[in-house]
Amino acid sequence: MTASANAVTTPATGTDRALIVLEDGTVQTGRAYGARGTTVGEVVFNTGMTGYQETLTDPSYHRQIVVMTAPHIGNTGVNDEDPESGKIWVAGYVVRDAARRASSWRARRTLDEELAAQGVVGISDVDTRALTRHLRELGVMRAGIFSGDALVRDGYPRTVEDLVAEVKAAPAMAGADLAREVSTDEAYVVEPFEGSTPDGEPVATVVAVDLGIKSMTPQRLAQRGVRVHVVPASTTIEQIEAYAPDGVFFSNGPGDPGAATHEVELLRGVLDRGTPFFGICFGNQILGRALGYGTYKLAYGHRGINQPVMDRRTGKVEVTAHNHGFAVDAPLDGESVAPHDGGRYGRVVVSHVGLNDQVVEGLECLDLPAFSVQYHPEAAAGPHDAAYLFDRFVELMASRRSEGSEAADQNIKES
Amino acid sequence: MPRRTDISSVLVIGSGPIVIGQACEFDYSGTQACRVLKEEGLRVVLVNSNPATIMTDPEFADATYVEPITTEVLTSIIAKERPDALLPTLGGQTALNAAIALDEAGVLAEYGVELIGANIAAIQKGEDRQQFKDVVEKCGGESARSLIVHTVEEAVAAAGDLGYPMVVRPSFTMGGLGSGFAYDEEELRRIVGQGLHYSPVTEVLLEESILGWKEYELELMRDKNDNVVVVCSIENVDPVGVHTGDSITVAPALTLTDREYQKLRDIGIAVIREVGVDTGGCNIQFAVDPDTGRVIVIEMNPRVSRSSALASKATGFPIAKIAAKLAVGYTLDEIPNDITQVTPASFEPTLDYVVVKVPRFAFEKFPAADPTLTTTMKSVGEAMALGRNFTEALGKALRSIDKGGAVFHWDGEPVSGAELDDLLVRIARPTENRIIGVQQALRAGASVEQVFEATKIDPWYLDQIQLVNEVAAAVADAPALTHDVLREAKKHGLSDAQVARLRGMGPAGEATVREVRYALGVRPVYKTVDTCAAEFAARTPYHYSSYDLETEVAPREREAVIILGSGPNRIGQGIEFDYSCVHAALTLRERYETIMVNCNPETVSTDYDTSDRLYFEPLTFEDVLEVYQAELAAGPVKGIIVQLGGQTPLALAQRLADAGLPILGTSPEAIDAAEDRGEFGRVLVEAGLPAPAFGTARSLDEAKDVAAGIGYPVLVRPSYVLGGRGMEIVYSAEQLTGYVERALAAAAAEDRTAGTLPAPLLIDRFLDDAMEIDVDALYDGTELFLGGVMEHIEEAGIHSGDSACVLPPVSLSEQEIERIRRSTEAIAKGVGVRGLLNVQYALVSDVLYVLEANPRASRTVPFVSKATGTSLAKAAARVMAGESIAALRAAGVLPAEGDGGTLPLDAPIAVKEAVLPFKRFRTADGTVVDTVLGPEMRSTGEVMGFDRDFPHAFAKSQAAAFGGLPTSGRVFVSVADRDKRSIVFPVKRLAELGFEILATDGTSSVLRRNGIASRVVRKFSAGRGADGEPTIVDLITAGEVDMVINTPSGQGARADGYEIRAATTAADKPIATTVDQLAAAVQGIEAVLAGPFAVASLQEHMAGEGLTAGVAPAAPERVGA
Repeated sequence: MTASANAVTTPATGTDRALIVLEDGTVQTGRAYGARGTTVGEVVFNTGMTGYQETLTDPSYHRQIVVMTAPHIGNTGVNDEDPESGKIWVAGYVVRDAARRASSWRARRTLDEELAAQGVVGISDVDTRALTRHLRELGVMRAGIFSGDALVRDGYPRTVEDLVAEVKAAPAMAGADLAREVSTDEAYVVEPFEGSTPDGEPVATVVAVDLGIKSMTPQRLAQRGVRVHVVPASTTIEQIEAYAPDGVFFSNGPGDPGAATHEVELLRGVLDRGTPFFGICFGNQILGRALGYGTYKLAYGHRGINQPVMDRRTGKVEVTAHNHGFAVDAPLDGESVAPHDGGRYGRVVVSHVGLNDQVVEGLECLDLPAFSVQYHPEAAAGPHDAAYLFDRFVELMASRRSEGSEAADQNIKES
Repeated sequence: MPRRTDISSVLVIGSGPIVIGQACEFDYSGTQACRVLKEEGLRVVLVNSNPATIMTDPEFADATYVEPITTEVLTSIIAKERPDALLPTLGGQTALNAAIALDEAGVLAEYGVELIGANIAAIQKGEDRQQFKDVVEKCGGESARSLIVHTVEEAVAAAGDLGYPMVVRPSFTMGGLGSGFAYDEEELRRIVGQGLHYSPVTEVLLEESILGWKEYELELMRDKNDNVVVVCSIENVDPVGVHTGDSITVAPALTLTDREYQKLRDIGIAVIREVGVDTGGCNIQFAVDPDTGRVIVIEMNPRVSRSSALASKATGFPIAKIAAKLAVGYTLDEIPNDITQVTPASFEPTLDYVVVKVPRFAFEKFPAADPTLTTTMKSVGEAMALGRNFTEALGKALRSIDKGGAVFHWDGEPVSGAELDDLLVRIARPTENRIIGVQQALRAGASVEQVFEATKIDPWYLDQIQLVNEVAAAVADAPALTHDVLREAKKHGLSDAQVARLRGMGPAGEATVREVRYALGVRPVYKTVDTCAAEFAARTPYHYSSYDLETEVAPREREAVIILGSGPNRIGQGIEFDYSCVHAALTLRERYETIMVNCNPETVSTDYDTSDRLYFEPLTFEDVLEVYQAELAAGPVKGIIVQLGGQTPLALAQRLADAGLPILGTSPEAIDAAEDRGEFGRVLVEAGLPAPAFGTARSLDEAKDVAAGIGYPVLVRPSYVLGGRGMEIVYSAEQLTGYVERALAAAAAEDRTAGTLPAPLLIDRFLDDAMEIDVDALYDGTELFLGGVMEHIEEAGIHSGDSACVLPPVSLSEQEIERIRRSTEAIAKGVGVRGLLNVQYALVSDVLYVLEANPRASRTVPFVSKATGTSLAKAAARVMAGESIAALRAAGVLPAEGDGGTLPLDAPIAVKEAVLPFKRFRTADGTVVDTVLGPEMRSTGEVMGFDRDFPHAFAKSQAAAFGGLPTSGRVFVSVADRDKRSIVFPVKRLAELGFEILATDGTSSVLRRNGIASRVVRKFSAGRGADGEPTIVDLITAGEVDMVINTPSGQGARADGYEIRAATTAADKPIATTVDQLAAAVQGIEAVLAGPFAVASLQEHMAGEGLTAGVAPAAPERVGA
C-alpha cells in the first residue's frame, strides 16, 4: 500500500476567523475548525497526547468544550475502530494546530471533515496553553466558540459583550442532570468474546447501567467472558432484577452527581440486594452518594491519561486515564462507616487516591460486594495499568456466586 | 519507604572520553547522580578518565579519581575505598561493561560491593540478542526474524533464509558500532567480519530487513515496587535504517493513534519487567510497519542512554537524577516532581509543545568517508529545539545546527524535469542534509507521495515541510510584509534571515525584517517546560520561545547575567566549552540571576538545575537578541557572556554589541584584534614578540607569492576557523595550487570565475621540529594569572586539540616559563583581555614564536583546572563580571599566591591525550579513513593521566584512551627518512624490553647498522610474496603486531603509510605517527612494566598526599571500554 492509499487530504479550508469567548470576558481569535456556527458549554482542558478520537466520542464530555493541550490534533485522522460511542459528544473543540493531512494506515477521513460532518464547532490556532493556565487558575467556566455567520448580527460584527452575554445564558454544569441525555434508548447485549469463556457459557452476567458508557467498557468485560446487558439510565431495579445478574455496573457519564437522584436510588436498590457492584467515574460518584458521602466540583477537574493513582491495597502506583470534574468527599484515611441511613451499608475505605492532589479515586465497601473507581480502567484513550479492576469485578462475582451456592446448600440442610 | 540505610558509600563509574555514540550526555547524567547521592548523605567515589567533565570537579564527589576505567585500576580503587555499592547505569556502555568485567573477575564479590540500579542478569538479558528475543516473545511482542552467528560462513548460509538486504548487529557494542546493511554476499562478508571483531563475544545478529518502517523509542523507568512509567516517546523522522543518534527525532510521537501507542507502552512495560531492570531507566526501540501497523521490538538499553538525556531535556523529567534516587531505595511516588514540586514523579509527562532533535555531523573532517547514514552512528553532536508546533521546532532546530546548508532555503529556481528525478533518487539515500533535499523536492513540485516513496518519511511530516514551503511562498509573494504574513512565517519557524532572503532584501535585509516585525508587534513569547501541559504551576523557569499569545517570563529584581552556551557538539567545540559555561553559571549565581541560553540537549549547561533560568534556544543573533529583550523586560541585565562557549557565541559578539547589548569581559573589538592577522601582528610588534612570517592571499597568484616569500613548508588555512578546519601543511607550489583550487571549487560561482576566495587565506611559515606550547591565562587589566603551561608531546603542526600534552611542562626551564609569562601578559595587555586568554607558542632553537592567541575559554580550561586544582572558568566568569584577580585570590577562588606557572617540583604530572574517531568513518569500499594527524582537528574527546611522573601519567593516559600500551610482543617500525636518526634510541630500548622488531627494508638497514636486530617484512605496495608471504598490512590485520610506529613522509606517495595506519586502527592497536609519540610510548611501556598503576583521588592530589599503590588484579586484565 502506498502513501496515497493511506493518506486522506483535507481540501483547503480557507482561513475564516473564529472566536473563543469565556464567560469572564477572555477572548482569543483563531481559525474556524470543523463546523461553522455557535456552540456554548463548559470549557475544560484535556492533557492527553494521544486519543483525540476516543475523547471526542466519550459521552462524559457532553455539553463541554474541550481544549486539547497537545498542540497537533488530527494527525492520524479518523478511523472506524476507535470511537467510544456512536457520535462526537463534545460541544466544541479547541486545538492549536489542526492536521491538514491524516497519516495512518487506519485513517478513513480527516478529523476536520468528521467534525464538520457531525456539526461540531471548533477553533484552531489559539494559544491553548494560555487558555489552560487561565482555567487552572480561575477554574472551569462557560465559554462559546463562534465562527462564520455566528460572528455577525444584522450585518455588523458582534461585540464581545454580546458574545459574552450569549455564553452566560448557557446553563452551568453544577446541578445538571445529563445522564439521560446521553444514555442508550434501548437495552442491548454485548456477548463474551470468542474464546474468552472455558465452556462457551458466559462466566457471569452483568447489567451495565449506561450513564454515558464508553464502548470499551463492556468490551473489557466481554474479553473476560462476561455477558453484558447495557441498559438505559432510566432502568428500574425491577428491570435489573429481571436479568438475574451476577453483578451490576454503573458507567461514567456527564453532569453533576448531586443531581442524579434516580441513579442513587437505583444503586441503593442494588446494594440492598447484595448484588456485586462495580462503578467507574460517574458510577463512583453515585456509589459515594448512595453510601451517604457528598460530592463536590473540582476547580478544573482531571482530564488526561497520565494521572498517578495509588491502589492502597497493594501500595502500587498506576498511571491512569481521567475525565472527571466532580469528586467524592470521603475520609481519606482508614475505615469509615457509610453515613447513609445510620450506617446500614457498613464500613467503607478509600481504596484509590490520586497522588497529584489527594483526591478520592476509588471506594471499597468492606461489608458489601461493592467497589468503584473515579478514573477509567477501560482506558480508551489511555494506559492499561488499571485493567486488573475488571478482573477484580469478575472475581468478586465468582466468589459471591460460590458463597451464594454454599449458602443455598446451607439452607437446604437447615430446612 | 525511604532510602536504604545499609549503604553508606557508592562507587560511580563515568563514561570516559567523549566518543561518537557516547558523549557528554553521560556527564549530564553522572553529574546529576553524584549530586543526588551526595544530597542523600552518601560518600561518593567517582571514577572517570575524562577531565573535561563537570562530574569530575572535586566538589561533586567525595573522592574523584581521574584514572583509566580498566578492571585493574577499578580494582585498586575498590580495594582502597571499599565502597558498599557500585552504580554502573549512568556511565553509558563503558560503565556497564566495566561493571560486568569487575563482576566476572570476582572483584565485586571479593570486596563485597553490591551492584545497584542494575543486575548482571538483566544486563545480559537486555544486551544479549538471543536472550532479548526470548524476552520479547514472552512479552507478547515480535522481533525481526533473525539468526545469531559466530563466523562469516554461518552468516553467508543464513542469507538463504533471511534474504537481502540483511541487518548485521554485533553484540555488546555501543552506538551501533560495526553494524550495517548488507545488500549482497560481498558486503555481508565484510560487515560480518568487522562485526565479529568489534563484538567482545565474537557474535553478530543477522536480521530480516525492516528498512523504511516507522521508528519509535520509549524511555521507561521502574522502581523497586515494580511501578513503571513511560517518561517520553520519541519518533524518528528518518525511518528504520538510520541510527537513532543520526536521525532527526521528534518528541512526543506524533503519528500514532492511542491504540498503537498503548500497544508500544504495554510491550515496553512487559519487557522492562521481564528483563528485570531493578530500578532505573531503560530505553526500548520499536519499528512499526507503516502499511499494517505490525510492531517489532528492535532493542533495549538497560541503562541511562543518549535518548534518556534527550527525553529528560524534552520533558523536564530528569531521568538520571531519579534513577539515582531509585537505586538507593526510593520509589517513584516518594520522589517529588522537580518542576511542580507538589506532584510526585510517579506519573508520565505530557507535553504541550513539540521537540525536534537534529544531529550534527563532521564529514568535512573526513573527506574520504562515505557520508551515507546507516545503523552505525556517525554524528558528533546534536541540537534540540522546542516549539509550539512541529514546523516551529524544526526551523529552530535546523538553525541551531550552526552550519552552512543546514536550513531550508528557497534560493534560485526550483529544480525541474530530470534534475527533480535525480533529486528524488538522491534523497532516497539518507545523508547529512537529506531534509533539505526533501524540502527542495517538495518545493520543486514533487508530491508528498513521491517523496514518501523515495524516503519513507511519514507523509504527515512531509506535509508539514510542504506547509513551510507554502508559507515561504506566501512570504515571497506578499505585496508587503504585513502582520499576518510575518506572524504566519514566524509561527512556522522561519527566521528573520530566511524571510529577508525570500523577499530578496539583500545583506541588510535581516535587520529590516526585524524592524518591520517589531513595528508590527510580531514578537515571540516564552513558554515553560513543565512536565504537565500547564495542569500544575511550574516552579522551574525552563523556557522556550514560540510565536504565541502569552509569555511566562517572570519579573525579577536581581540583576541578571546571560551566558551563551556553545550549541551542538562538534569536533573542535565540545564539552570543554560547556564546562566553562556551567562554571560561570554556578559561580555567578551567588551574586546574579544566571540565565543560560543553549540548544544542546546533551550538556550539563542545559540542565535546569545549573542556572536560575534556562532558555532552550538556538544560538543565532535573532534568537539571542529576543531572549535578551525578554529578560530586559523582566528586570535589570548586567550583561552577556560570550567568551566561554567557543566560536558560536563569539561569532555573535560584534553584532550583539552593535545592537547595544552589554558584552561582559573582553570586548568584541579586542576579540577581533586577536583574530585579525594585521591587527594582532601590530600587537606583537609593539610587545617585541616574534611570530612566524605570514601573509594573506585572496587568489592563487597572491598565495604563491606569499608562500615563496616565506619559504616552504607553509601552513595554509582560511581565516576565522576553530578546530583547524581546512588547515594544511603545504610543502610545494604544486600542493598549494591544489589547495587553492579546492577552496575555489567550494566558493560561490562569481568568486570562482573571478578566481578570488571569499575570505582571505592565511599563510604561515611552518615551524618544522618546533615544540608547541599551549597557555591558558586569566587577565583582569592589571594582573595576569597563568593558569597552566602545557607542553605538547607531538611537535608543532598537529592541531593542539589532537596533540597529547603534559602539564606542568616536563622539559621547560624556569626561565622559559618566565618568558612565556611575560609574553602572555604583553599579549593580554595589548589585545585588551578581560577574562580568559589562550596562547599557542612554538619554541624553536630558543626562539619563542607566538602562533596564535584566542581571548576566550579554550578547550584546555577544564584540563588545566583539574591538573592544577584551580577553577579557571569560575575565576574567569567573576573577572568578566568585574572582580579583580587580587580580590579572587583574597576570596579563595584563586590561590593566595603563585599560579599555574609556579607549580612546585613535586606537583603531580597530568597528561592529556586525545581520542580519535577514525574507526567510525569508512570509505565507500569499507576501509577505515586515514588516521594520520595534522593541523586539522579530528578528535572527539580527551582523557587525563595523572601520576607522580611523566612516564606513569603518559601510560595512564594511553590506558584510558586506547586500552593501554603493550608490554610484550611485536613492534613494527617504518618511518620517513628524516626521522630515521631519531628512532634509533627508542627502538633499541624496545628491543631491550623484549619486543620483537619488524621493519621495512629501509628502516631495517638503519636499525641493523645501529646494532638493533629486526625482521624485514614486505611492504604493502610490494604485494604478497611468491609463496604467499604476508605484507605488513596482512600481519597487522591478523593481529600479529602489537604496536606500530609509522611516521608519514611529508609528500609524495603515501599509500603504504595509509594502508598501515588504517589497518592498525581497524585492528585496535596503538600507533605512533611521530617520533615524540614513540619516545613517550617507550617511557610509558617502562612504567607499565613496573607494576600496577598507583591511584589517587583529585582530593588527595590537592591535599598534597601521595598515591596509593595499585593492587594486582586477581583475574586477567580486561579493559572496561
